[in-house]
Amino acid sequence: MAEDIGDGAKAEQFAQPTGFAFDAVSEAEITKVVAKYPPGRQASAVIPLLYIVQEQMKRSSGSAWVPRVAMDAVAQKLEMPPMRVYEVATFYLMFNTRPIGQFHLQVCTTTPCWLRGSDAVTAACRKATGIQGWGETSADGMFTMTEVECLGACVNAPILQVDNDFYEDMDAERTEALIAALRRGERPPAGSMAGRQGSAPEGGPTTLTSLDAQPAE
Amino acid sequence: MLSDADRIFTNLYGLHDWGLTGARARGDWDGTAAIMARGPDALVEEMKASGLRGRGGAGFPTGMKWSFMPKQVGERPHYLVVNADESEPGTCKDRDILRNDPHKLVEGCLLASFAMRAHVCYIYIRGEFHAEAQRLQAAVDQAYEAGLIGRNACGSGWDFDLYVHRGAGAYICGEETALLESLEGKKGMPRLKPPFPAAVGLYGCPTTVNNVESIAVAPTILRRGAAWFSALGRPKNTGTKLFCISGHVNKPCNVEEELGIPLRELIERYAGGVRGGWENLLAVIPGGSSVPVIPKSICDTVLMDFDSLRDVKSGLGTAAVIVMDRSTDIIKAIARLSQFYKHESCGQCTPCREGTGWMMRVMNRMVYGRAEPEEIDTLEQVTRQIEGHTICALGDAAAWPIQGLIRHFRPVIEERIAQYKSGRTMRPLPMAAE
Repeated sequence: MAEDIGDGAKAEQFAQPTGFAFDAVSEAEITKVVAKYPPGRQASAVIPLLYIVQEQMKRSSGSAWVPRVAMDAVAQKLEMPPMRVYEVATFYLMFNTRPIGQFHLQVCTTTPCWLRGSDAVTAACRKATGIQGWGETSADGMFTMTEVECLGACVNAPILQVDNDFYEDMDAERTEALIAALRRGERPPAGSMAGRQGSAPEGGPTTLTSLDAQPAE
Repeated sequence: MLSDADRIFTNLYGLHDWGLTGARARGDWDGTAAIMARGPDALVEEMKASGLRGRGGAGFPTGMKWSFMPKQVGERPHYLVVNADESEPGTCKDRDILRNDPHKLVEGCLLASFAMRAHVCYIYIRGEFHAEAQRLQAAVDQAYEAGLIGRNACGSGWDFDLYVHRGAGAYICGEETALLESLEGKKGMPRLKPPFPAAVGLYGCPTTVNNVESIAVAPTILRRGAAWFSALGRPKNTGTKLFCISGHVNKPCNVEEELGIPLRELIERYAGGVRGGWENLLAVIPGGSSVPVIPKSICDTVLMDFDSLRDVKSGLGTAAVIVMDRSTDIIKAIARLSQFYKHESCGQCTPCREGTGWMMRVMNRMVYGRAEPEEIDTLEQVTRQIEGHTICALGDAAAWPIQGLIRHFRPVIEERIAQYKSGRTMRPLPMAAE
């Protein structure tokens, strides 16, 4: 039975794996992460460990998500009640509690991006992937499209975040070109698609021009 | 106009080396141990004298906040926690510090921690800033390797550890006590105050939470002196500030300027002016989404500082200037913010949990004019019932944009309702990209 998850999207059926074990890469990460917090405060590492799970799932299955058995593994590792881990995994938006596509298209539609044309970016994502509603995955399993709130890059709006990468100064054409590139297996460098230098105005900085500092390496 | 020589963030746009070599060439890590040799209390006094007000939005004096920490370390260790959960719509200034000038932040963490007698500092960075977190971690690693932090930091005799901690997508974690809950591994739900974090903070220990920009300007203030900093800006609104200018301007950008710069000058000098010219301006949200919108008539003359904007019933907030020209459907622009706050409410307090959804639904109807004129007053009253009745300021932040809309654009709402009633269905204006 399909479950309504809001935003008009219907969840597809998906299977929860029956087991999960941290791999060697994850175990090494965990050791480093847990050392950041005082003894007895290892619960602080719950968000980092959920990231580690999500990355391992991406490595092993191609889909970055956190199955429930993995939450249990985190709970065991950090000596927390499983419910405390479930609470965190569902409270924070960046943990996918169901499988997602190979690429996660996250469109910011909050006012600063909307003022600069995020509607066109959304429409271009739909056109290029065939996805209709937020939270859905394309029929070929390549793309999941999510509406996200302000990404904190507003002077480079609108932003399309693909997995961890911010693509900035987007429009419909650039969005379609980016998705086509991803389909070809290419990964264009993140940042301004208009060729701007960071948050400097188009055409180059008008301040900090009199300074004699070392050029970027 | 602020001269480049008085700008603190000299690698704002990432044109130069972000790393230790570049940072040193820009004056960072210069004589840090000598600054520390003045002693913690002297540093707090210098920060107080600079007049620096917190750059995270509330504008509370930073030096005074530091002075709230216990003067002696008791059984519980002290902590500094840096709030890098930059999520206020319109705001993208800390991002530039994190990726382009991370050593200013790292050095600031050491100095601020020393001033508050903390040996450990956590930087809580929003999860979406993945590349920025990597850059910051690389800068932290460089600082450890060079002996600038860690055991006997900078040869000062002070041991100092600095950790980067990523959040995972929750605006509420920018609220300081929600941030502490999150850092302890819980849902980001704000705590009741008092007790304040300076008494009971991270792990129940004395803690100060400061914004990235507040901490990153500290080394320069301590190096160049409070007198230099306080000579910039205006009385009680001293110093320089990073402004983010987004929306309908010809050249959106970040820029560092003096507090108190006229809004119009800020937009015209640095952001290429309003799209279509100044006369095409409709309104500006001057300090991030939480502060009330101001119409063009106020924008003509208002100065960009805490007190000037408070006097026009708005606020400087994070100094994120969201510009809207006359093509903007102002009701829809604010309704989208209502959706934001509905989405980000943690659900702990009933007025916020229920109120943000209620306000969003009414605002969404108002976009189409599907409302009764008297509902405008009802909506205004509901915002007053949410404001001030929640544990944290998210309830206030959800109420203020709507209050600003009604205060300045009530005729637009009324006209939309009248149009709907007369059958001339008004469709929300499509938003062109350029």
